[in-house]
Amino acid sequence: MHQFVVQAATESASPLAPNWWEVLVTAVGFAILLFIVVKFVVPAFEKTFAARAEAIEGGIAKAEKAQAEASAALEEYKQQLVEARTEANRIREEARAEGAQILAELKERAAAEAARITEQAHAQIEAERQQALVSLRTEVGSMATTLAGRIVGESLDDDARASRVVDRFLADLEAQNAGAAK
Amino acid sequence: MTPLTLPAADNSGTFTPPTLEDLHLPAILPWGADEGFNKQMLLVVLSVVFIAWFFIAASRKQSMVPGKLQFLGEQLYGFVRNGIGKDVIGGRDFMTFVPLLFALFFFILVNNIYGAVPLFQLPTMSHVGGAYFLAGLVYVIWIGVGLKRFGLRYLKLAVVPSGVPWYIMPIVVPIEIISNFIVRPMTHSLRLFATMLAGHLVVALAGSGIAFLVEQENVVLKGLSVFVLVFAVAMYMLEALIMVLQAYVFTLLTAIYIQGAVAADAH
Repeated sequence: MHQFVVQAATESASPLAPNWWEVLVTAVGFAILLFIVVKFVVPAFEKTFAARAEAIEGGIAKAEKAQAEASAALEEYKQQLVEARTEANRIREEARAEGAQILAELKERAAAEAARITEQAHAQIEAERQQALVSLRTEVGSMATTLAGRIVGESLDDDARASRVVDRFLADLEAQNAGAAK
Repeated sequence: MTPLTLPAADNSGTFTPPTLEDLHLPAILPWGADEGFNKQMLLVVLSVVFIAWFFIAASRKQSMVPGKLQFLGEQLYGFVRNGIGKDVIGGRDFMTFVPLLFALFFFILVNNIYGAVPLFQLPTMSHVGGAYFLAGLVYVIWIGVGLKRFGLRYLKLAVVPSGVPWYIMPIVVPIEIISNFIVRPMTHSLRLFATMLAGHLVVALAGSGIAFLVEQENVVLKGLSVFVLVFAVAMYMLEALIMVLQAYVFTLLTAIYIQGAVAADAH
């Protein structure tokens, strides 16, 4: 009968004893790798990370700036709107005042004109009256003299006398008028 | 007759499991009786080429809106930079150590993943030399950082915890010295090495077991190979996970050690 035999592993050099060539190769290999990592890999990744962080932060800053600019512009527009409104009100107010002033001026001018016209008319009437009075006096004198001469039958050609009579008569008349007016 | 009993006509019926020696293939370019440029060294060199090529290609464009390659590179870089460096070491001085953490993580990751890639099929760190070197480098760096920052006072800060009554000091201080300065680099290197070696051995064992079982004439034994195959695939998946995890753990511990040195006066 054949037994199933498992052979014990043969005793060999301790696995804890290193092969110094392997240690050396590992050391040199790791040193080269570390050098490459320090020199190229880490700086490249860090640079990318930093650039990316900066790009993101820059984007945020840019957005914030745009936001600030937009709100500043809005503020400015609002300010301008208020100013425009005030301006419009002021202009309207001014126009109203001006209109009123113009109206008053026109009224005054019209009144002055009217007064002037009235004055002129009065003066003219007075002048015409005077003229009529003078001409009336002359005419009435000569007519009355003529009439009286006819009635009396005696020519009153003596001008001097006639004038005196007429004047006396008119004076009496005026005195009468004056007394009546009182 | 038990199912495990093999017919007499079979070959010797002896299963020879893969030994540690089988993990050390003959040198590719031997230059001594037992020495030469071997597979482990080739894989280390290739890993440097792969990592440098990939990340230089991914970081070269530096465009604001990354393409697929650049995006992948940035995600991987950001994982180490922020997920390990920034979170552990902290905002003030973590950038100094990001290149080291980054190089460590991807160097170990690629060298581990080799174990899961056909043809490569050897986690470089299953040879203890690489793990010794990396842990030693980290050991020198964190002690150097501490000494540079605090001078010789750092040695006191590192081993004398604050807020401990004086009468416990004789116990605590030796423990701290042993745990920080002696055990720490050992565990740091052996954790990586041992997980890779063990995982590699388990997968190799499963592989040779399948090969052995398939050759048996006994149908039951032949059928068992399917069982082992399923188990091997599961182990392979687990190994792939552990490879990534160990790269992360090694880098995370490096960051924690450096953080401890940078802020030695804070605890």
